[in-house]
Parts: sequence; structure tokens; C-alpha cells
Amino acid sequence: MPQTALKIKDHIDLFNDPEYLEIFKRKREQFEDMPDADVVAKQADYINTMEYREKNFAREALVINPAKACQPVGAAYCAAGFEGTLAFTHGSLGCAAYFRSHLSRHFKEPSAMVCSAMTEDAAVFGGLNNMVEGLANAYALYKPKMIAVHTSCIAEVIGDDLNSFIIQSRDKGSIPADFPVAYAHTPSFVGSHIVGYDNMMKSILSNFWEGKDRKAGNGVNIIGGFDGYGVANAREIKDIIAAMGADATLLSDVSDIYDTPADGSYRMYDGGTPLEAVTKALDAKATISLQEWCTGKTLDFAKEKGQEVASFNYPMGLGATDDFLMKLSALTGKAIPESIAKDRGRLVDAIEDSLSWIHGKSFSIYGDPDFVYGMTRFILELGGEPAHLLSTNGGSEWEEKMKALLASSPFGASGQVWKGKDLWHMRSLLATEPSDYLIGSSYGKYLEKDTGVPLIRIGFPIFDRHHHHRFPTMFYKGGLRVLVTILDKIFDTIDEKTKVTGISYDLTR
Amino acid sequence: MDGMNPDVKAERKALIEEVLSAYPEKTAKKRARHLNVYDEGKPDCGVKSNIKSAPGVMTIRGCAYAGSKGVVFGPLKDMVHISHGPVGCGQYSWSQRRNYYTGTTGVDTFVTMQITSDFQERDIVFGGDKKLEKVIDEIHTMFPLNKGVSIQSECPVGLIGDDIEAVAKKKGKEHGKLVVPVRCEGFRGVSQSLGHHIANDAVRDWMLGKGKSKEFETTPYDVVVIGDYNIGGDAWASRILLEDMGLRVIGLWSGDATLAEIERGNKGKLNLIHCYRSMNYICRHMEEQYNIPWMEYNFFGPTQIAKSLRAIAEKFDDKIKAGAERVIAKYQPLADAVLAKYKPRLQGKKAMLYVGGLRPRHVADAYGDLGIDIIGTGYEFAHSDDYQRTAEYIKDATLVYDDVTDYELEKFIDKMRPDLVGSGIKEKYSTQKMGVPFRQLHSWDYSGPYHGYDGFAVFARDMDMAINSPVWALNKAPWKAA
Repeated sequence: MPQTALKIKDHIDLFNDPEYLEIFKRKREQFEDMPDADVVAKQADYINTMEYREKNFAREALVINPAKACQPVGAAYCAAGFEGTLAFTHGSLGCAAYFRSHLSRHFKEPSAMVCSAMTEDAAVFGGLNNMVEGLANAYALYKPKMIAVHTSCIAEVIGDDLNSFIIQSRDKGSIPADFPVAYAHTPSFVGSHIVGYDNMMKSILSNFWEGKDRKAGNGVNIIGGFDGYGVANAREIKDIIAAMGADATLLSDVSDIYDTPADGSYRMYDGGTPLEAVTKALDAKATISLQEWCTGKTLDFAKEKGQEVASFNYPMGLGATDDFLMKLSALTGKAIPESIAKDRGRLVDAIEDSLSWIHGKSFSIYGDPDFVYGMTRFILELGGEPAHLLSTNGGSEWEEKMKALLASSPFGASGQVWKGKDLWHMRSLLATEPSDYLIGSSYGKYLEKDTGVPLIRIGFPIFDRHHHHRFPTMFYKGGLRVLVTILDKIFDTIDEKTKVTGISYDLTR
Repeated sequence: MDGMNPDVKAERKALIEEVLSAYPEKTAKKRARHLNVYDEGKPDCGVKSNIKSAPGVMTIRGCAYAGSKGVVFGPLKDMVHISHGPVGCGQYSWSQRRNYYTGTTGVDTFVTMQITSDFQERDIVFGGDKKLEKVIDEIHTMFPLNKGVSIQSECPVGLIGDDIEAVAKKKGKEHGKLVVPVRCEGFRGVSQSLGHHIANDAVRDWMLGKGKSKEFETTPYDVVVIGDYNIGGDAWASRILLEDMGLRVIGLWSGDATLAEIERGNKGKLNLIHCYRSMNYICRHMEEQYNIPWMEYNFFGPTQIAKSLRAIAEKFDDKIKAGAERVIAKYQPLADAVLAKYKPRLQGKKAMLYVGGLRPRHVADAYGDLGIDIIGTGYEFAHSDDYQRTAEYIKDATLVYDDVTDYELEKFIDKMRPDLVGSGIKEKYSTQKMGVPFRQLHSWDYSGPYHGYDGFAVFARDMDMAINSPVWALNKAPWKAA
């Protein structure tokens, strides 16, 4: 018997025991009716070939292991960063359950969200009654300061009109006449979670800005974009703002809501951008986005209102952070203080100390378009060589911009950009043209297993490692953290290789 | 706890009233029917179930797609399951249920993959059938060793009137392989429960007793295990016992299952069902159609395992009966050692459960074995027959909550202050913030197996480590302690 009370084995060890291995064998031989082992081995080899890769890239309809989620989860994430705001899914109830689980699994935090529980009858007659009743219940039970409604597939396909439904709900007394309800149409069959983020951000700003006169001031608004590290990066940006003494507002500040303390009470709302500040944000001189492809419509809207706009692509490391800080300084008229210059110097120092371990190594990267851009730019600074750069939700503009980035550095020469491709494409790429390392979300662990390319976990979602989101990835300090993450994997990989012979198994590096 | 204490009952009834008072009147009235305090001896738990959730509250329920793809079809390993529709549903359910399996993923098995038709706006406007055909063709190019394909339809597919059945027939014929259409759109029904039923119907109509899987010799000891999804290896920890007692598990649905095991499901002499809710439908069908009897069993905790092994053996001859006794005797020392180690640390603790399927009742006695009392329990998507079956497992004055909202659950936890809550990922972190130990009982909190004797050891260890972790005493800053 494999199990004893003295040392209890769970799934990690139990199923390596002979008794269980015997079960697997017997089951396979007698009942599974699976292909013969040689047939399986042949196919397993075949999927690593260039011939298979060509077939794989000829796919037109089938999507395998995509690195993107759907719009509403982005809308919900955006909404969570505003004071007392309750996300409301107008649709069938499974969607909200999935969005909540997805966010909870990444952040290891509660994720509050209600839904209008549409079923067959609502599919036929429309979801108006669900909205009227749902807003009344949500308002009474959860006492939010704002409700942010987004749609799921069902509401979009049958064409529910959120604006009209919310007006009718107000008329029927579900919510007070002046209670803020932002709403965004977020069809899951258009774009991805980054578009949903944009739609909700624009909707929330519209809700507070429309019909008001703008008195242009000197403030600046900063939007973080959909970011698995939004908690720590928000704190980072607030530290920078404070250090500069700048008049700046972070729009959708998720730093508290996805990082609430355990102190004996659960708070459904915590922190977030104050609603008053959202109103005031109309008067800002400019709105800056840290992620271009998360904020296209929002920036257009801010521009229409008379603001200057600027966007960045996940500012990480030296050059990208420099650009960002100088822009912020120019817009606010505040100098970049010595404390930030010191942070910069520390990152430079760290890179100098470690460059020999990264220089010339190749890195494949996948994820959201801004992340892949920012990460690639940082890899170039480190003397690494970008290899396969893939974004399932990246488009033609992204592709062009990526190519320009690669062309800007001799280290970019072998970089290949793959827009709209999925992780099964990436598998073929790594099997036929391997890079030394792979950078991306937890989903990359299957690629690491299949191709042997070590995975450096940076991205969204991170499900199988804990607390990464508590550390920043953006700006100088984030760059340092990312650098350490990369180096740890490189050193672990070297130790793994050298421990077999003991040669090069070095103590000091 | 004194089960018959009228004060406890009155207190809990008052708690229900208090919780209901926060709702608007209409919703309070609706919710009142789903909350009750159990009266010993009653044939059911006195709550309504399988009714639409109220809009605007946080229900913990999922949808029909989650029931079909997420539970029943997803673990079936040598078929490719298409999340047919937009990208989200497949993405959020990707690799999340921990249905363990053996095989070469992407070659002959496909469980931990996200295969989707990734609907775009044009598919909504022009219909998705053409795309679906192409998706199936491309699956056969990419994964030629697949045994078949299932089409798990998401909300838009049903709304735009696609004919996935026609596509399935056409493509099945063309490729000479099974293509199963499953109409599990998320808006159907009131929870994931209808998805289970729909999936069972698809098994009945397209798979059971059909297909081209190899012929094999049957024996009088052939059984099919139904409703075990092999979470954390549960099905293997169950299988080892059944095989040890002399039975032959010819199919296991659907954890680590192959298509052949489903197709030959009608060759068994007895169907053994663990998760009644998700697969009783197919058992009833096999009873009617093939005269195969079925029985429920419970492999959580030594009391129920032994009881179940004996009950299963009763359906066979003396050889199997002796086999059951041999297995029980073999594992009793392990069970005793586990209890000796953990019961003293857990005796008298109180737990609250809120899960789906069978767990709100089946695990009660496993906790009981460890000396832990269940003071509240409820189901996400039960029907009245589940609550009838629950009465057997729970004690007088147990709080019962059907389709509980997060608001109600939090209030119950806060007021009753159990020593442990067993529920899902959405409830985990809010409960822990309240200073209450928690274990996920959907995914076993990334542990397991929990079934069988090997699993019980893990279960006991996990409950101990949750409840007796030093951190719960450090929850409040000392300068803030009241």
C-alpha cells in the first residue's frame, strides 16, 4: 500500500507508485482503445516538424490555446478600480461566474460582480425585466457608489439596449435618479479583454464628463490599462506622482481592491479612484495611457474633450520609463526628482552587474500587444535577442510598431512578429526554431513541457505561482523585479543542466 | 453541539430572517424559500431548488456550458471538445477542473487544451456553421489521432439559429469519426445542472452502444463507474479499491475516460454512480434500455467507503463479498492511523459547506469521521431529489441554503463562525479575509485525491492544515485586539 499516515502522499507522489502505475497500464491495455504506442510516438515527433508547422499556420478557422480573454472581463477589471463600484454583467449567469473565477485565480483575491441572470425567457423577450430587478437588488444589497454594467454575448446577440434599460430602471425606481450607472457594450465576439477595458473606461469617463463644461487645468490623468500587475504598478505610479509632486490622477486604481488585507473582515469595496476625482479629471490638461491598445477609444474621447493625449506601451525598463517620465514632467511642469534618478541608476547598475548572463540569449514573448512591446523593448536593452513575438489580440498596427522596434536595435535582427496567432502556433515555432527562453503567462507551462524551452512567468494570467502581482513590472523598480525574475530562471536552468555532472555547478556568479 | 437544542434552531431561524431583511421585499420572499433549518426526521431539507437565480445578486452558479463542457465532456480525453462560440467560455474553463488523465496531450489526448471557434462579429451575422465545418476539418489535420469531436455550443450559437446537428452529421460522415453536437448554451436552464442533463442526452443519442471501438470479452464482474471526474486523481483512488475487491472497471465516466469507455458503457453488469446529480440521467436510461441496474455509492471517509464497498459487493457473489471485506481489512489500519493522527486535532470543530454535485452531502460523514460537525450545507444547482438524499447525512438544526448568494453565505459565516468553510474559488478569499479557514471543495484546493482510503488520508491532512494553521491566530494586529 503506497499510503501511510506517517507521510501522506497526495497526487504529486501517489500516482508514481507501482500500484497506480499498474492501474494506468491495465486500463490502457484493456479498456482505453487508444492508438498503439508507435503510432502515438510517430505523431508526437511529427508535430515538431516544419511540415506540421506549415499545416498549423495554414489554419483559418480553428483556434488552439489562444492567449486572450473576452471583452467583459476587461470591463469588469476596469470597473473594479473605481471607488465603491460594482461590476454588473448583463447576461446569463455563467459569464459572471467565469469572470470572477478568472480574476480570483490570478490575484488570489475575491472578485465581486453581479449579473442579471438572463435565461431562455429573457433570450426571447429581452432582458429588460432582469435589468430592472437586478439593479434594484444590487443597489439595495451591496450599497455601491456606482454600478458599471457590461454586456455578455446573449444581451449583445438579442440587441438589448443598455442605455434605454437603465433609464427605464431609474423610472421604475430600481435606483435613484442621480445614482451613477456606467454602461458599456462589450460583445465577446469583438476584440478581447483589452477592448473591454477601453470600452468601460470610456463609459465611466463619459458618465462623469458628458454635459459638463471643462475648465482646463494643469492636472494629468494616467490610465494603467489591463494589467495582471495592476496592483503593484498602480502603487508604483502613485509613488512616482508623489515624488514628482505632480497633480496627477490614476484612473482605475486597482491597488487596494485586488490586495485587501486579511484582518478579520472582508471588504467588498476597497480603495479605487474616488468618484469625485473622476469628475475632476475632465479638467485635466492631458490623459496619458500606459497601454496604447487598451485605451484607443478612451484617448479619442479625452481628445474630443480638449485634452492632450499620449500613450505608451507598457513602460518597463530604462528607455520606456525615461520616455514616460519626461512626458509626465513636460505635461505637469514638474522636474524629475533625484530619488527617481537614483532608482534609474540602480536599475542600470543591476543590468551592468548581470548583463553577461542575458547578453545574446534569445527570448520568445507572448501576451497582450502592449506587454509584448514593452517586454521586447526591455529585452533589447538587456542585450537579449527577441525571437518569436506573438500576440493573439495584436493587430496590424501592433505588428508594424513591433517591426520598427526590432529594426531600431542590432539585437532585434532575428525577431519575428506574429499577430493574431495562438499558443499552438507558438508551439510549432518553438519546436522548429527554438529560442533559449520563453516569456509569458502560466499557459506557457504546456509549451515549456512540450518543447523544453524554459518559461519565465511574466504576464496574465499567472495561476500556478503565487503573489507575483504584488510586485511591479513597470518603470525602473518594476524593471528590476522583471530582471530578477529573468535571471532567476536563467540561473535555475543552468543549475539544472550542470547538477548532473557537477561541472560548472558554481557557487558564485 | 446538542442537535436537539431548540435554542440553536431558533437562533438559526432568526439568522435567516436577519439575512433576508437586507433584500428588497420581492427578492426576500423569493430567497426565503431557499433557506431553512433542518428538522430531524423530515424526508427532505425543506428548501426549494432548481429555480432561477435572482438578478443583481451574486449567485455562485455557473451555466449549462459549464455543466456540459466543464464537467461531463471536458475530461473525456481522446476527443477534442470545441468551445463553439466566442473565446471567453473556453478560456475561463481552460484546465481549471483538474481532471487528471494519462496520455500525450496534443497527440492522443486533449483535456488541457482550449479549442475554440473564436466567433467574430461576422460569424454572428452570417452564422457559424460554415466556420464550424472548417474548424472540424482543421482539427482532423492538426490532431489526426483524435477519436472524435464534440461541439459545445456557447450562448450565441443557439440564439442565431445555427444547425450544429446538421454539421455534426455531415462532418462525422466525411471524416468517418464521431462528431457530437451538444446544445449547452449558457442561457439554457437555471444553472449548470441542465448542462449535465444535455450532456447525458448527447451521450445517449450519439455515443452509448454505438461506434467502432474494439469488441471485448465481458465478465460477470464488469462495472461502469459513473460521475467521477478524476479531480486530483479521485477516480484512480476509487478504481484501486474496486479492482482490489475483484471487480473489473470497464468504463469510468468521464475522468480519464476514452470514447471507447463511453461507447461500451452498456456492456457492464452494474452502474456505480458517485455524482448522482450530473449523471443519474444516463443511469436511468441504461436501466430502461439495457436492464443495467445502478446504485449510488460514496467513497468519502472510511465509514462511507466501507458501507459502500459492502453495498456494492451485495450485488455480486461471495467472491466479491469476500473481496470487499479483504479490501476493508487491508485499509482499516491506514484509516485508523489517519484518524489517530488527526481526529484529536479536529474533534469538535464545526464546518460549513457550499458546493455543487454530491459534495454537500457526501463529504458530511468524512468530516464526521474526523470529529467535525457540519453546521450548514447547501447546493449550487441541486434538485429536490438531492435534498431528499441529503436528509440522510445531516443532523438536526443544520442550516440549509440553496443557491446561496455570496451575501447570505458571508453573513452566515460571520454569525456562525465555523472553524472551516468548504466551497469554491469565488468564496475562498473573502472567507479567509474574515479569518475563517477555508478549503476549496471543487478542485480540492489543488490537492487530492480525496476519494477512497488513499484520498481520505489526504483529505484529513488538508483539513488539519487548514483549520490548525498558526496564521488564523495572527489575523488581528495585537494592538487592535478587542
